[in-house]
Amino acid sequence: MSSFTTILLTLITTMLINNVVLSQFMGLCPFLGVSKQIKTALGMGAAVIFVITVSSAVTAVLYRFVLLRFDMTYLNTIVFIVVIAALVQFVEMILKKFSPALYQALGVYLPLITTNCAVLGVALTNVQKDFSIGMSVLNGFGTAAGFALSILLLAGIREKTAHNPIPKSFRGMPITLLTAGLMAIAFFGFKMLA
Amino acid sequence: MSMKLKKDTPLERLWNGLVRENPTFVLMLGMCPTLAVTTGAVNGLGMGLSTAAVLILSNTMISLLRKVIPDQVRMPAYIVIVASFVTVVEMLMHAFVTGLYEALGIYIPLIVVNCIILGRAEAYASKHGVLASAFDGLGMGLGFTAALTIIGLVRELLGAGTAFGAQVMPDGYTPISIFILAPGAFFVLAALTALQNKLKAPSATNTENAPIACGGDCTRCAGSCGAVNHEAVVTARTERRAAEAEEAARKKAEAAARLKAEAGEKAQAAALAGAGTAADQTGKEDADR
Repeated sequence: MSSFTTILLTLITTMLINNVVLSQFMGLCPFLGVSKQIKTALGMGAAVIFVITVSSAVTAVLYRFVLLRFDMTYLNTIVFIVVIAALVQFVEMILKKFSPALYQALGVYLPLITTNCAVLGVALTNVQKDFSIGMSVLNGFGTAAGFALSILLLAGIREKTAHNPIPKSFRGMPITLLTAGLMAIAFFGFKMLA
Repeated sequence: MSMKLKKDTPLERLWNGLVRENPTFVLMLGMCPTLAVTTGAVNGLGMGLSTAAVLILSNTMISLLRKVIPDQVRMPAYIVIVASFVTVVEMLMHAFVTGLYEALGIYIPLIVVNCIILGRAEAYASKHGVLASAFDGLGMGLGFTAALTIIGLVRELLGAGTAFGAQVMPDGYTPISIFILAPGAFFVLAALTALQNKLKAPSATNTENAPIACGGDCTRCAGSCGAVNHEAVVTARTERRAAEAEEAARKKAEAAARLKAEAGEKAQAAALAGAGTAADQTGKEDADR
């Protein structure tokens, strides 16, 4: 029961209270760039969940059994970014070979993620907070789910506002940023949960 | 704001990074730190300077190694070089400016994935000499620093009534604290981009579909985020120039027509002047008008 509570609490914290985009500003580029349609946002969200969950598992294992053991934690950043870049390539190849359907769905988005700063950000947060491996995976999954949630919401709003009579100077980027700001206020309300 | 400078000289690179292709205001790159750490002018300045340091070092190193690094593995090579310099900068900050190090937190290691750095590596340092590349890094870094400091200053002024930590707003001012919170970052940037649209300033957001073109893909895009945004800016600039030229031509024609009309009027007034002093007076008035 208590472990279930922990899981639930972690998910709520990472998805809603400390939403990765709206309160921590990680992964803004895809958030603003790939949120024009719900369909692409869904693909991006799914790909991010997949990659962040896998990469937080891999980096946590690597940190615990290699970097920490040999006292090389100062190499965190370098090792993590290289591992993430390699991992994304690897995942892409594996998906292509063994699950063409999944590759069809996520393939386009995978390379877009390599240096999405949320991926590296989660890996580094896991280390900074000294999470166990299981907790790291959970934290990664929750964070990525938070990303998927917010990009989906933004895409939904953008689809609705696409045909509205927006003042000329606010068309495009400014209105998207304003929408994101209002969403951030809404998500700010979740802070009361903490 | 055009300045004629010889291409790829140190001064031209500085001007380019600071003004012509300012990474934040014009190219719209590196949005994550732009929004995340600009809660105050000091933080913005600190983040800008640390990024600038990494940019100068990585540009120099990549330019030095540009003939050694094989083309196929250049992106991983760049990432490793950038990550090493980021680690160096991070350690130095931890040792010497601990307060700032703690304030910026996780965003210091995240300099690795700042589009500006890989973008400049791919778009400039890998193709140009050491001196020009170093100054390109310096220019871009200072441009980024200036932008972050300005945004931070605006947010700090509105959200806390202070500038660089010192009280500047009168006591009667109630700080709008949302501006130093997360939503405020989005609002300030929204206002900034809307203003750029309104003033038709050269910016990657001015084009119809407002592309932040990279979609977060810094390794694969191979600097194309910079390149595509750059293209958008250049197209907009050429269009504006053409429109301006047209406008000028139109004005010239109009002025010529007006001059002709005035000349006609004057001739008329002169004819009237012969009629008498009273008429002369009105004629002169007419002409003056």
